[in-house]
Amino acid sequence: MRFDDEPTAGGALPILPGHTSPGRLERVLRAGGFAITTELAPPDSADPEEVYRRARVFDGYADAINATDGSGANCHMSSLAVCALLTRIGYAPVMQISCRDKNRIAIQGDILGGAAMGVCNMLCLSGDGVQSGDHPQSKPVFDLDSLSLLQIGTTMRDKSTFQSGRKLTAPPKVFFGAAENPTVVPLEHRASRLAKKVAAGAQFIQTQYVYDMDRLRDFMRRVEDLGLLDKVFLLIGVGPFKTAKGAEWMRNNVPGMHVPDALIKRLAGAEDQAKEGRQICVDLIQEARSIKGVHGVHIMAYRQEESVAEIVDRSGVLEGRVPWYPNRDTNLEGNSP
Amino acid sequence: MYAVRRWSVRHAGGLNRFYNGLERVLVALAPVWRAIGYERLERPFAFLERLVKGLLFDCKMCGQCVLSSTGMSCSMNCPKNLRNGPCGGVRANGNCEVKPEMRCVWVEAWTGAGRIKGGLEKIAVVQLPVDRRLEGRSSWLKVVRERTEPPKAEAKK
Repeated sequence: MRFDDEPTAGGALPILPGHTSPGRLERVLRAGGFAITTELAPPDSADPEEVYRRARVFDGYADAINATDGSGANCHMSSLAVCALLTRIGYAPVMQISCRDKNRIAIQGDILGGAAMGVCNMLCLSGDGVQSGDHPQSKPVFDLDSLSLLQIGTTMRDKSTFQSGRKLTAPPKVFFGAAENPTVVPLEHRASRLAKKVAAGAQFIQTQYVYDMDRLRDFMRRVEDLGLLDKVFLLIGVGPFKTAKGAEWMRNNVPGMHVPDALIKRLAGAEDQAKEGRQICVDLIQEARSIKGVHGVHIMAYRQEESVAEIVDRSGVLEGRVPWYPNRDTNLEGNSP
Repeated sequence: MYAVRRWSVRHAGGLNRFYNGLERVLVALAPVWRAIGYERLERPFAFLERLVKGLLFDCKMCGQCVLSSTGMSCSMNCPKNLRNGPCGGVRANGNCEVKPEMRCVWVEAWTGAGRIKGGLEKIAVVQLPVDRRLEGRSSWLKVVRERTEPPKAEAKK
Protein backbone atom coordinates (compact mmCIF):
# COMPACT_ATOMS: atom_id res chain seq x y z
CA MET A 1 0.00 0.00 0.00
CA ARG A 2 1.30 3.45 -0.87
CA PHE A 3 0.21 6.59 0.94
CA ASP A 4 -0.17 9.85 -0.98
CA ASP A 5 1.50 11.63 1.88
CA GLU A 6 4.57 9.37 1.94
CA PRO A 7 7.24 11.33 3.83
CA THR A 8 10.95 11.45 3.20
CA ALA A 9 12.92 8.75 5.01
CA GLY A 10 13.06 9.44 8.69
CA GLY A 11 10.18 11.92 8.56
CA ALA A 12 6.88 11.17 10.26
CA LEU A 13 3.59 10.41 8.54
CA PRO A 14 0.67 12.55 9.66
CA ILE A 15 -1.50 10.94 12.34
CA LEU A 16 -4.80 9.93 10.78
CA PRO A 17 -8.09 10.45 12.66
CA GLY A 18 -8.67 7.60 15.11
CA HIS A 19 -4.98 6.68 15.09
CA THR A 20 -2.62 7.10 18.01
CA SER A 21 0.66 6.98 16.13
CA PRO A 22 2.08 8.25 12.86
CA GLY A 23 3.33 4.73 12.14
CA ARG A 24 2.89 2.45 9.16
CA LEU A 25 2.03 -0.61 11.22
CA GLU A 26 -1.00 1.05 12.76
CA ARG A 27 -2.05 2.33 9.33
CA VAL A 28 -1.81 -1.09 7.70
CA LEU A 29 -3.76 -2.73 10.52
CA ARG A 30 -6.47 -0.09 10.70
CA ALA A 31 -6.82 -0.18 6.92
CA GLY A 32 -7.65 -3.87 7.24
CA GLY A 33 -4.41 -5.20 5.78
CA PHE A 34 -2.90 -8.51 6.87
CA ALA A 35 0.24 -7.25 8.57
CA ILE A 36 3.64 -8.91 8.58
CA THR A 37 6.07 -8.13 11.35
CA THR A 38 9.37 -9.79 11.90
CA GLU A 39 12.24 -9.78 14.30
CA LEU A 40 15.74 -8.41 14.02
CA ALA A 41 18.31 -9.86 16.39
CA PRO A 42 20.39 -6.87 17.55
CA PRO A 43 24.08 -7.49 16.87
CA ASP A 44 26.89 -7.94 19.38
CA SER A 45 28.57 -5.04 17.75
CA ALA A 46 28.88 -1.26 17.71
CA ASP A 47 28.74 -1.11 13.93
CA PRO A 48 25.51 0.41 12.59
CA GLU A 49 26.02 -1.28 9.23
CA GLU A 50 25.38 -4.62 10.93
CA VAL A 51 21.96 -3.38 11.96
CA TYR A 52 21.16 -2.17 8.46
CA ARG A 53 22.39 -5.41 6.92
CA ARG A 54 20.09 -7.36 9.21
CA ALA A 55 17.15 -5.11 8.35
CA ARG A 56 17.66 -5.19 4.57
CA VAL A 57 16.90 -8.90 4.29
CA PHE A 58 13.28 -8.07 5.10
CA ASP A 59 12.92 -5.34 2.46
CA GLY A 60 9.54 -5.55 0.81
CA TYR A 61 8.23 -8.25 3.11
CA ALA A 62 7.68 -6.68 6.53
CA ASP A 63 5.47 -3.85 7.73
CA ALA A 64 7.48 -3.48 10.90
CA ILE A 65 10.65 -4.91 12.38
CA ASN A 66 10.88 -5.78 16.05
CA ALA A 67 14.15 -4.98 17.75
CA THR A 68 14.46 -7.35 20.68
CA ASP A 69 15.51 -6.05 24.07
CA GLY A 70 18.11 -8.43 25.46
CA SER A 71 16.04 -11.41 24.35
CA GLY A 72 16.61 -14.61 26.25
CA ALA A 73 18.36 -12.38 28.81
CA ASN A 74 21.41 -12.24 26.54
CA CYS A 75 23.36 -9.04 26.09
CA HIS A 76 23.17 -7.34 22.67
CA MET A 77 22.89 -3.83 21.24
CA SER A 78 19.96 -2.08 22.91
CA SER A 79 16.53 -2.09 21.33
CA LEU A 80 16.31 1.69 21.61
CA ALA A 81 19.55 2.15 19.68
CA VAL A 82 18.62 -0.35 16.97
CA CYS A 83 15.28 1.41 16.55
CA ALA A 84 16.91 4.81 16.38
CA LEU A 85 19.24 3.57 13.63
CA LEU A 86 16.34 2.04 11.73
CA THR A 87 14.13 5.14 11.86
CA ARG A 88 17.00 7.24 10.47
CA ILE A 89 16.46 5.64 7.10
CA GLY A 90 12.72 5.27 7.37
CA TYR A 91 12.15 1.74 8.64
CA ALA A 92 9.22 1.17 11.00
CA PRO A 93 10.59 -0.62 14.03
CA VAL A 94 8.77 -2.07 17.02
CA MET A 95 10.80 -1.20 20.09
CA GLN A 96 10.61 -4.00 22.61
CA ILE A 97 10.71 -2.90 26.23
CA SER A 98 11.44 -5.53 28.82
CA CYS A 99 10.88 -4.92 32.55
CA ARG A 100 13.83 -7.10 33.45
CA ASP A 101 16.64 -4.62 33.07
CA LYS A 102 15.27 -1.16 33.82
CA ASN A 103 13.16 0.56 36.40
CA ARG A 104 10.33 2.96 35.63
CA ILE A 105 12.59 6.01 35.57
CA ALA A 106 14.74 4.53 32.80
CA ILE A 107 11.80 3.06 30.91
CA GLN A 108 9.79 6.27 30.78
CA GLY A 109 12.89 8.06 29.56
CA ASP A 110 13.26 5.47 26.80
CA ILE A 111 9.63 5.83 25.75
CA LEU A 112 10.10 9.57 25.32
CA GLY A 113 13.47 9.17 23.64
CA GLY A 114 12.25 6.43 21.33
CA ALA A 115 9.22 8.43 20.26
CA ALA A 116 11.41 11.49 19.72
CA MET A 117 13.55 9.45 17.34
CA GLY A 118 10.54 8.36 15.34
CA VAL A 119 9.71 5.03 16.94
CA CYS A 120 5.96 4.60 16.51
CA ASN A 121 5.44 1.11 17.95
CA MET A 122 6.45 -0.22 21.34
CA LEU A 123 5.95 -3.70 22.69
CA CYS A 124 5.63 -4.01 26.47
CA LEU A 125 7.10 -7.21 27.84
CA SER A 126 7.90 -8.67 31.23
CA GLY A 127 11.12 -10.20 29.93
CA ASP A 128 12.88 -13.53 30.24
CA GLY A 129 14.40 -14.36 33.60
CA VAL A 130 18.13 -13.61 33.92
CA GLN A 131 18.80 -17.28 34.61
CA SER A 132 18.20 -18.14 30.95
CA GLY A 133 20.82 -15.80 29.51
CA ASP A 134 24.54 -15.19 29.37
CA HIS A 135 24.64 -13.06 32.53
CA PRO A 136 22.83 -15.14 35.16
CA GLN A 137 24.83 -13.31 37.83
CA SER A 138 23.03 -10.02 37.13
CA LYS A 139 20.25 -8.42 39.15
CA PRO A 140 16.74 -8.84 37.73
CA VAL A 141 14.92 -5.50 38.07
CA PHE A 142 11.22 -6.14 37.43
CA ASP A 143 10.18 -2.83 38.96
CA LEU A 144 7.13 -3.02 36.65
CA ASP A 145 5.33 -5.86 34.94
CA SER A 146 4.15 -5.78 31.34
CA LEU A 147 0.72 -4.51 32.36
CA SER A 148 1.82 -1.72 34.62
CA LEU A 149 4.28 -0.76 31.89
CA LEU A 150 1.44 -0.63 29.35
CA GLN A 151 -0.53 1.49 31.69
CA ILE A 152 2.32 3.91 32.30
CA GLY A 153 3.05 4.13 28.56
CA THR A 154 -0.53 4.83 27.57
CA THR A 155 -0.86 7.37 30.38
CA MET A 156 2.18 9.18 29.03
CA ARG A 157 0.57 9.25 25.60
CA ASP A 158 -3.04 9.98 26.50
CA LYS A 159 -2.74 12.12 29.62
CA SER A 160 0.66 13.57 28.79
CA THR A 161 2.12 12.86 32.22
CA PHE A 162 4.76 10.67 33.80
CA GLN A 163 3.56 8.11 36.34
CA SER A 164 4.43 10.69 38.98
CA GLY A 165 1.83 13.05 37.53
CA ARG A 166 4.45 15.48 36.27
CA LYS A 167 3.42 16.96 32.91
CA LEU A 168 5.09 16.24 29.59
CA THR A 169 5.37 19.11 27.14
CA ALA A 170 4.79 16.73 24.20
CA PRO A 171 3.39 13.23 24.67
CA PRO A 172 4.88 10.20 22.85
CA LYS A 173 2.61 9.26 19.93
CA VAL A 174 2.99 5.53 20.15
CA PHE A 175 1.05 2.43 19.11
CA PHE A 176 1.38 0.16 22.14
CA GLY A 177 1.49 -3.61 22.01
CA ALA A 178 1.98 -6.58 24.27
CA ALA A 179 2.72 -10.27 24.00
CA GLU A 180 0.65 -13.30 24.79
CA ASN A 181 1.34 -17.00 24.69
CA PRO A 182 -1.86 -18.77 23.62
CA THR A 183 -0.49 -22.30 23.65
CA VAL A 184 0.98 -22.72 27.12
CA VAL A 185 -0.40 -23.36 30.59
CA PRO A 186 -2.73 -22.08 32.03
CA LEU A 187 -4.53 -22.40 28.68
CA GLU A 188 -7.98 -21.62 30.06
CA HIS A 189 -6.83 -18.28 31.47
CA ARG A 190 -4.68 -16.99 28.62
CA ALA A 191 -7.61 -15.14 27.04
CA SER A 192 -8.50 -13.41 30.31
CA ARG A 193 -4.88 -12.37 30.62
CA LEU A 194 -5.22 -10.89 27.15
CA ALA A 195 -8.36 -9.05 28.26
CA LYS A 196 -6.37 -7.56 31.10
CA LYS A 197 -3.67 -6.40 28.72
CA VAL A 198 -6.27 -4.77 26.49
CA ALA A 199 -7.77 -3.08 29.55
CA ALA A 200 -4.29 -1.80 30.43
CA GLY A 201 -3.97 -0.26 26.97
CA ALA A 202 -2.59 -2.90 24.55
CA GLN A 203 -3.62 -2.04 20.99
CA PHE A 204 -1.85 -4.89 19.24
CA ILE A 205 -0.60 -8.28 20.35
CA GLN A 206 2.32 -10.25 18.99
CA THR A 207 2.11 -13.78 20.31
CA GLN A 208 4.94 -16.10 21.09
CA TYR A 209 5.53 -19.02 18.71
CA VAL A 210 2.32 -20.86 17.88
CA TYR A 211 2.80 -24.32 16.45
CA ASP A 212 -0.50 -25.79 17.59
CA MET A 213 -3.38 -24.34 15.62
CA ASP A 214 -5.98 -26.27 17.63
CA ARG A 215 -4.85 -24.54 20.76
CA LEU A 216 -4.84 -21.24 18.89
CA ARG A 217 -8.42 -21.78 17.71
CA ASP A 218 -9.50 -22.57 21.30
CA PHE A 219 -7.78 -19.42 22.47
CA MET A 220 -9.41 -17.31 19.75
CA ARG A 221 -12.84 -18.68 20.66
CA ARG A 222 -12.30 -17.52 24.22
CA VAL A 223 -11.03 -14.18 22.97
CA GLU A 224 -14.20 -13.81 20.94
CA ASP A 225 -16.36 -14.82 23.90
CA LEU A 226 -14.74 -12.06 25.92
CA GLY A 227 -15.71 -9.59 23.19
CA LEU A 228 -12.13 -8.65 22.36
CA LEU A 229 -11.99 -9.32 18.63
CA ASP A 230 -12.57 -5.73 17.59
CA LYS A 231 -10.62 -4.23 20.46
CA VAL A 232 -7.13 -5.43 19.62
CA PHE A 233 -5.08 -6.44 16.57
CA LEU A 234 -3.70 -9.95 16.95
CA LEU A 235 -0.51 -10.97 15.19
CA ILE A 236 0.33 -14.63 15.54
CA GLY A 237 3.94 -15.60 16.17
CA VAL A 238 5.42 -18.15 13.79
CA GLY A 239 8.88 -19.27 12.75
CA PRO A 240 10.65 -21.93 10.69
CA PHE A 241 12.57 -24.83 12.22
CA LYS A 242 15.80 -25.87 10.52
CA THR A 243 15.85 -29.44 11.77
CA ALA A 244 13.68 -31.81 13.82
CA LYS A 245 16.50 -31.99 16.34
CA GLY A 246 16.54 -28.22 16.64
CA ALA A 247 12.78 -28.17 17.13
CA GLU A 248 13.08 -30.71 19.88
CA TRP A 249 15.88 -28.76 21.52
CA MET A 250 13.81 -25.58 21.44
CA ARG A 251 10.81 -27.36 22.88
CA ASN A 252 12.90 -28.58 25.80
CA ASN A 253 15.03 -25.52 26.41
CA VAL A 254 13.23 -22.37 25.36
CA PRO A 255 10.68 -21.20 27.93
CA GLY A 256 7.12 -21.04 26.66
CA MET A 257 7.54 -23.30 23.61
CA HIS A 258 4.81 -25.80 22.85
CA VAL A 259 5.52 -27.95 19.80
CA PRO A 260 3.21 -30.90 19.03
CA ASP A 261 4.85 -34.29 18.43
CA ALA A 262 3.16 -34.59 15.04
CA LEU A 263 5.00 -31.52 13.80
CA ILE A 264 8.38 -32.84 14.90
CA LYS A 265 7.58 -36.16 13.23
CA ARG A 266 6.68 -34.37 10.00
CA LEU A 267 10.01 -32.56 10.09
CA ALA A 268 12.00 -35.68 10.93
CA GLY A 269 10.40 -37.59 8.07
CA ALA A 270 11.29 -34.98 5.46
CA GLU A 271 14.19 -35.41 3.08
CA ASP A 272 15.15 -31.74 3.30
CA GLN A 273 14.26 -30.75 6.86
CA ALA A 274 15.03 -27.05 6.45
CA LYS A 275 12.78 -26.85 3.42
CA GLU A 276 10.04 -28.71 5.25
CA GLY A 277 10.48 -26.34 8.19
CA ARG A 278 9.82 -23.38 5.91
CA GLN A 279 6.85 -25.16 4.37
CA ILE A 280 5.41 -25.79 7.85
CA CYS A 281 5.79 -22.09 8.55
CA VAL A 282 3.95 -21.22 5.33
CA ASP A 283 1.17 -23.63 6.29
CA LEU A 284 0.93 -22.10 9.76
CA ILE A 285 0.64 -18.59 8.32
CA GLN A 286 -2.11 -19.62 5.93
CA GLU A 287 -3.98 -21.46 8.66
CA ALA A 288 -3.63 -18.57 11.10
CA ARG A 289 -4.94 -16.21 8.45
CA SER A 290 -8.12 -18.24 8.10
CA ILE A 291 -8.96 -17.77 11.79
CA LYS A 292 -11.38 -14.99 12.63
CA GLY A 293 -9.75 -12.14 14.53
CA VAL A 294 -6.20 -12.77 13.30
CA HIS A 295 -4.80 -9.58 11.77
CA GLY A 296 -1.33 -10.65 10.82
CA VAL A 297 1.69 -12.73 11.66
CA HIS A 298 4.89 -12.04 13.50
CA ILE A 299 7.69 -14.09 11.95
CA MET A 300 10.58 -14.90 14.24
CA ALA A 301 13.26 -16.62 12.19
CA TYR A 302 16.24 -16.46 14.47
CA ARG A 303 19.43 -17.14 12.50
CA GLN A 304 17.35 -17.82 9.40
CA GLU A 305 16.24 -14.27 8.79
CA GLU A 306 16.96 -14.61 5.09
CA SER A 307 14.16 -17.19 4.83
CA VAL A 308 11.45 -14.69 5.82
CA ALA A 309 11.08 -13.24 2.32
CA GLU A 310 10.57 -16.67 0.78
CA ILE A 311 8.11 -17.72 3.48
CA VAL A 312 6.00 -14.58 3.11
CA ASP A 313 6.14 -14.84 -0.64
CA ARG A 314 4.96 -18.43 -0.69
CA SER A 315 2.23 -17.82 1.86
CA GLY A 316 0.69 -15.27 -0.51
CA VAL A 317 -0.75 -13.25 2.37
CA LEU A 318 0.55 -9.93 1.10
CA GLU A 319 -1.61 -10.34 -2.01
CA GLY A 320 0.75 -8.27 -4.11
CA ARG A 321 1.15 -5.54 -1.52
CA VAL A 322 4.75 -4.39 -1.05
CA PRO A 323 5.45 -3.01 2.43
CA TRP A 324 7.52 0.15 2.40
CA TYR A 325 11.31 -0.01 2.57
CA PRO A 326 13.98 2.55 1.79
CA ASN A 327 13.99 3.25 -1.96
CA ARG A 328 10.93 1.07 -2.56
CA ASP A 329 9.23 3.66 -4.66
CA THR A 330 12.23 4.25 -6.89
CA ASN A 331 12.81 0.50 -7.22
CA LEU A 332 9.24 -0.23 -8.14
CA GLU A 333 8.68 2.87 -10.21
CA GLY A 334 5.19 2.82 -11.52
CA ASN A 335 4.48 -0.71 -10.29
CA SER A 336 3.44 0.00 -6.75
CA PRO A 337 -0.22 -0.48 -5.96
CA MET B 1 6.99 -22.33 53.74
CA TYR B 2 6.15 -23.78 50.36
CA ALA B 3 3.81 -26.53 51.65
CA VAL B 4 1.88 -24.08 53.84
CA ARG B 5 1.69 -21.62 50.97
CA ARG B 6 0.02 -24.23 48.82
CA TRP B 7 -2.32 -25.20 51.66
CA SER B 8 -3.37 -21.55 51.89
CA VAL B 9 -4.36 -21.48 48.23
CA ARG B 10 -6.46 -24.60 48.71
CA HIS B 11 -8.16 -22.84 51.61
CA ALA B 12 -8.36 -19.45 49.93
CA GLY B 13 -12.11 -19.12 50.55
CA GLY B 14 -11.86 -19.54 54.30
CA LEU B 15 -8.77 -17.39 54.61
CA ASN B 16 -10.43 -14.63 52.63
CA ARG B 17 -13.49 -14.72 54.89
CA PHE B 18 -11.22 -14.63 57.92
CA TYR B 19 -9.36 -11.65 56.51
CA ASN B 20 -12.58 -9.80 55.76
CA GLY B 21 -13.59 -10.25 59.41
CA LEU B 22 -10.18 -9.08 60.60
CA GLU B 23 -10.36 -6.07 58.31
CA ARG B 24 -13.77 -5.09 59.73
CA VAL B 25 -12.42 -5.28 63.29
CA LEU B 26 -9.30 -3.29 62.40
CA VAL B 27 -11.33 -0.63 60.63
CA ALA B 28 -13.79 -0.42 63.55
CA LEU B 29 -10.85 0.16 65.86
CA ALA B 30 -9.51 3.02 63.74
CA PRO B 31 -10.12 5.63 66.47
CA VAL B 32 -7.94 3.58 68.82
CA TRP B 33 -5.13 3.31 66.25
CA ARG B 34 -5.41 7.02 65.56
CA ALA B 35 -5.17 7.80 69.27
CA ILE B 36 -2.03 5.69 69.63
CA GLY B 37 -0.56 7.04 66.40
CA TYR B 38 -0.14 5.10 63.16
CA GLU B 39 3.60 5.64 62.95
CA ARG B 40 4.05 4.24 66.45
CA LEU B 41 2.01 1.18 65.44
CA GLU B 42 3.85 0.65 62.20
CA ARG B 43 6.63 -1.57 63.55
CA PRO B 44 4.54 -3.87 65.77
CA PHE B 45 1.91 -4.25 63.03
CA ALA B 46 4.51 -4.97 60.37
CA PHE B 47 6.14 -7.47 62.71
CA LEU B 48 2.84 -9.27 63.29
CA GLU B 49 1.93 -9.19 59.63
CA ARG B 50 5.30 -10.56 58.59
CA LEU B 51 4.89 -13.39 61.09
CA VAL B 52 1.36 -14.41 60.11
CA LYS B 53 1.48 -13.78 56.38
CA GLY B 54 5.06 -15.00 56.14
CA LEU B 55 3.97 -18.34 57.53
CA LEU B 56 0.79 -18.63 55.48
CA PHE B 57 1.80 -17.12 52.16
CA ASP B 58 5.60 -16.67 52.13
CA CYS B 59 4.66 -12.98 52.20
CA LYS B 60 7.36 -10.66 50.87
CA MET B 61 6.01 -7.58 52.71
CA CYS B 62 5.45 -5.45 49.63
CA GLY B 63 3.23 -3.32 51.86
CA GLN B 64 0.34 -3.23 49.37
CA CYS B 65 -1.24 -6.62 49.74
CA VAL B 66 -3.43 -7.93 46.92
CA LEU B 67 -3.87 -11.50 48.19
CA SER B 68 -7.67 -11.23 47.95
CA SER B 69 -7.25 -10.48 44.24
CA THR B 70 -4.75 -13.26 43.59
CA GLY B 71 -6.51 -16.26 45.11
CA MET B 72 -4.33 -16.04 48.25
CA SER B 73 -1.27 -16.86 46.15
CA CYS B 74 1.30 -14.13 46.86
CA SER B 75 2.36 -12.79 43.45
CA MET B 76 5.54 -11.30 44.90
CA ASN B 77 6.81 -14.90 45.04
CA CYS B 78 6.89 -14.81 41.26
CA PRO B 79 10.60 -14.42 40.40
CA LYS B 80 9.56 -11.66 37.99
CA ASN B 81 7.26 -10.03 40.58
CA LEU B 82 4.39 -10.21 38.10
CA ARG B 83 1.25 -8.82 39.72
CA ASN B 84 -1.07 -9.16 36.76
CA GLY B 85 -0.89 -12.74 35.57
CA PRO B 86 1.64 -15.33 34.45
CA CYS B 87 4.42 -14.78 31.94
CA GLY B 88 4.59 -16.79 28.74
CA GLY B 89 7.14 -19.19 30.10
CA VAL B 90 5.00 -21.39 32.35
CA ARG B 91 6.08 -25.02 31.99
CA ALA B 92 3.75 -27.68 30.64
CA ASN B 93 3.38 -29.10 34.17
CA GLY B 94 2.31 -25.70 35.51
CA ASN B 95 5.64 -24.94 37.14
CA CYS B 96 7.74 -21.79 37.01
CA GLU B 97 10.16 -21.02 34.18
CA VAL B 98 12.75 -19.58 36.55
CA LYS B 99 12.29 -22.01 39.47
CA PRO B 100 11.36 -25.33 37.86
CA GLU B 101 10.56 -26.96 41.23
CA MET B 102 7.93 -24.32 42.14
CA ARG B 103 4.32 -24.13 40.92
CA CYS B 104 3.69 -20.95 38.94
CA VAL B 105 2.17 -18.56 41.48
CA TRP B 106 -0.38 -17.52 38.83
CA VAL B 107 -1.51 -21.05 38.08
CA GLU B 108 -2.05 -21.27 41.84
CA ALA B 109 -3.73 -17.87 41.88
CA TRP B 110 -6.53 -18.94 39.57
CA THR B 111 -7.08 -22.09 41.61
CA GLY B 112 -7.43 -19.96 44.73
CA ALA B 113 -9.50 -17.27 43.03
CA GLY B 114 -12.06 -19.89 42.09
CA ARG B 115 -12.50 -20.58 45.80
CA ILE B 116 -13.03 -16.97 46.83
CA LYS B 117 -16.43 -15.33 46.43
CA GLY B 118 -16.00 -12.86 43.58
CA GLY B 119 -12.38 -13.98 43.25
CA LEU B 120 -12.52 -14.45 39.49
CA GLU B 121 -13.76 -10.89 39.00
CA LYS B 122 -11.06 -9.52 41.29
CA ILE B 123 -8.24 -11.36 39.53
CA ALA B 124 -9.29 -9.67 36.27
CA VAL B 125 -8.63 -6.18 37.65
CA VAL B 126 -5.39 -4.55 36.47
CA GLN B 127 -3.01 -3.96 39.39
CA LEU B 128 -1.17 -0.66 39.44
CA PRO B 129 2.63 -0.39 39.50
CA VAL B 130 4.04 -1.29 42.90
CA ASP B 131 4.99 1.58 45.21
CA ARG B 132 8.41 0.40 46.38
CA ARG B 133 8.42 2.88 49.29
CA LEU B 134 5.87 0.71 51.06
CA GLU B 135 8.14 -2.34 51.20
CA GLY B 136 8.37 -3.69 54.75
CA ARG B 137 5.40 -1.66 55.97
CA SER B 138 2.03 -2.93 57.18
CA SER B 139 -0.65 -3.46 54.56
CA TRP B 140 -3.32 -3.80 57.23
CA LEU B 141 -2.72 -0.32 58.62
CA LYS B 142 -2.65 1.05 55.10
CA VAL B 143 -6.08 -0.44 54.43
CA VAL B 144 -7.47 0.97 57.68
CA ARG B 145 -6.20 4.42 56.81
CA GLU B 146 -7.56 4.22 53.26
CA ARG B 147 -10.96 3.22 54.58
CA THR B 148 -11.19 5.83 57.30
CA GLU B 149 -9.27 8.85 56.08
CA PRO B 150 -10.16 11.14 53.18
CA PRO B 151 -7.90 10.48 50.18
CA LYS B 152 -4.81 12.64 50.09
CA ALA B 153 -4.51 15.23 47.34
CA GLU B 154 -3.06 13.73 44.17
CA ALA B 155 0.59 14.12 43.26
CA LYS B 156 1.57 17.59 42.14
CA LYS B 157 0.69 18.24 38.55
